Amino acid sequence: MEESRIKELELQAAKIRKTLLQAIRTANSGHIGGSFSIADLLSVLYFEKMNIDPENPKMEDRDRFILSKGHCCPAVYAALAYRGFFPVEDMSGFRSLGSYLSGHMEMNHIPGVDMSTGSLGQGLSVGAGMALSAKCDKKSYRVFVVTGDGEIEEGQIWEAAMAAGNFGLDNLICLVDNNKLQIDGSCEEIMSPYPIDEKFAAFKWNVVKCNGHDIQALSDAVDKASEPNGKPTAIILDTVKGKGVSVFENQIRFHGGRPSAYEYEIAFKELDAQITGLEA
Amino acid sequence: MGGKISTRAAYGEALLEYGAPNEKVYALEADLAECTMSGKFGHACPERFFEIGIAEANMIAMGAGFAANGKIPVCHSFGLFTAGRGYDQIRNSIAYPKLNVKIVGTNVGLTVGEDGPTHQCIEDLALMRVVPNMVILSPCDGFETKAAVKAMLEYEGPVFMRTGRPVVETVTDSVPDYKFEIGKGVVLAEGTDVTLIATGLMVQETLKAAELLKKDGISARMIDMHTIKPIDRELIVKAAKETGAIVTAEEHNIIGGLGSAVSEVICGEYLVPVERVGVEDKFGHSGDAWKVMEMYGLTLENIVHKAKKAIARKN
Repeated sequence: MEESRIKELELQAAKIRKTLLQAIRTANSGHIGGSFSIADLLSVLYFEKMNIDPENPKMEDRDRFILSKGHCCPAVYAALAYRGFFPVEDMSGFRSLGSYLSGHMEMNHIPGVDMSTGSLGQGLSVGAGMALSAKCDKKSYRVFVVTGDGEIEEGQIWEAAMAAGNFGLDNLICLVDNNKLQIDGSCEEIMSPYPIDEKFAAFKWNVVKCNGHDIQALSDAVDKASEPNGKPTAIILDTVKGKGVSVFENQIRFHGGRPSAYEYEIAFKELDAQITGLEA
Repeated sequence: MGGKISTRAAYGEALLEYGAPNEKVYALEADLAECTMSGKFGHACPERFFEIGIAEANMIAMGAGFAANGKIPVCHSFGLFTAGRGYDQIRNSIAYPKLNVKIVGTNVGLTVGEDGPTHQCIEDLALMRVVPNMVILSPCDGFETKAAVKAMLEYEGPVFMRTGRPVVETVTDSVPDYKFEIGKGVVLAEGTDVTLIATGLMVQETLKAAELLKKDGISARMIDMHTIKPIDRELIVKAAKETGAIVTAEEHNIIGGLGSAVSEVICGEYLVPVERVGVEDKFGHSGDAWKVMEMYGLTLENIVHKAKKAIARKN
């Protein structure tokens, strides 16, 4: 990928972070940490890789996207808004009455959302269903599912992994946001999901590891996962929870907690500096 | 009256009859194809039949994926493992987004007999009733089951259907002008002193109870309530006004099922005595199906007893 394009996608990710943080501040609630850790991924998927059309959100052959960790929806909403699915200004209604931007992903009223999610562990099954159904129709679109690393403690994830592996769903790509933290502590101390790669491999998946904040690496990983080879692919994203803002990074309390006014001030200052730097 | 067949066997025939010609219909199964009877469809349409293995939560959420792509998936297992184990998946991945997934729970109630309490599902109607957007069907015999399957596949949205293991008498085929309509109960007999409202295989018991009541000079109206949700409010209120007393009968916990649904309508719209026949909030027991039913009071004699009690409570 050209250097200039990488910069554009980095800029897009910074804008996603800033916009979602504004939405969370207005709503006075929402999940910062896991939204920030997938911002770079969403920039690559929504602005480079996925076959989608904001003018025709239900386009039959579009690539599907499921945010199985549905609480990180403000990041997806921001990506959708910048991609043209709805006005960026609508982000100010996030989580409030009178707005269609609900606190977790909702498919019937938000243009561009392919599945309602929120109860952890279900999105990979839904993605497997979509991918198998696409195979029945001899369609070649891909199904992207983003899960958390804490989320894969849910048994249903492995039921889905078993099914997808056995059905050979090479149109299914599971992106595991391995930011290493969950609500009550680190994944390692709460209930270690490791080794994630070997687990997926044992369930007959291809496994790709990738720095989840490196645009080029993300692009390469998605390309590799998109090669049809008879197996679904898990991309294990090495990420930092709260990535992009010094006071949020690796802080468990920003899974869903509220920053102070001072922390907001630092965050916006840092994000504005990133945006200005990337626009230069 | 036309012979005997279990509702699950009739279901299998109906899925084949109405599902096979419809290219959108897919069957997902959790390793019970010969029990849920989805296997008939599977043999005829192997390209639209998938074994998901013993992983009901995954099967149900995969169904959501099929429906999101415009298909009509039907997810199968025992009632306990669809409505019970799959509750969160049904609630969040199907009912909330109102996806067109059909869920079948077979081998419900005490009549799985020897398998015992772990398999005697007496909670499915309650679990499904409290989920918004759900339609719940509980047909009483083979003839009605087939009509219910046709209606279920034609309806756009989530549906839960319960079917049973025991062979039961077919009674609805002799009802003049019988028509299955989701949300509309069927009046099997007119009456003036009390109304007996039943669902599933208790319909047959209730019909026999009405005959016994007649011998005692009691005229019982008889309603087959094949749809538990949306409940037929109009028919219930009419029965309350015209007969002044109601008895419900179901092979389910008396909490949360048909009896509760009828009581909710009665409390809100027209107060008359309501007596409920069902499992009295207890787990079942292993044993011969009909002997277990007797032990738990799911009998025509108890229906007669409750009818007389309801009549005595008038005013």
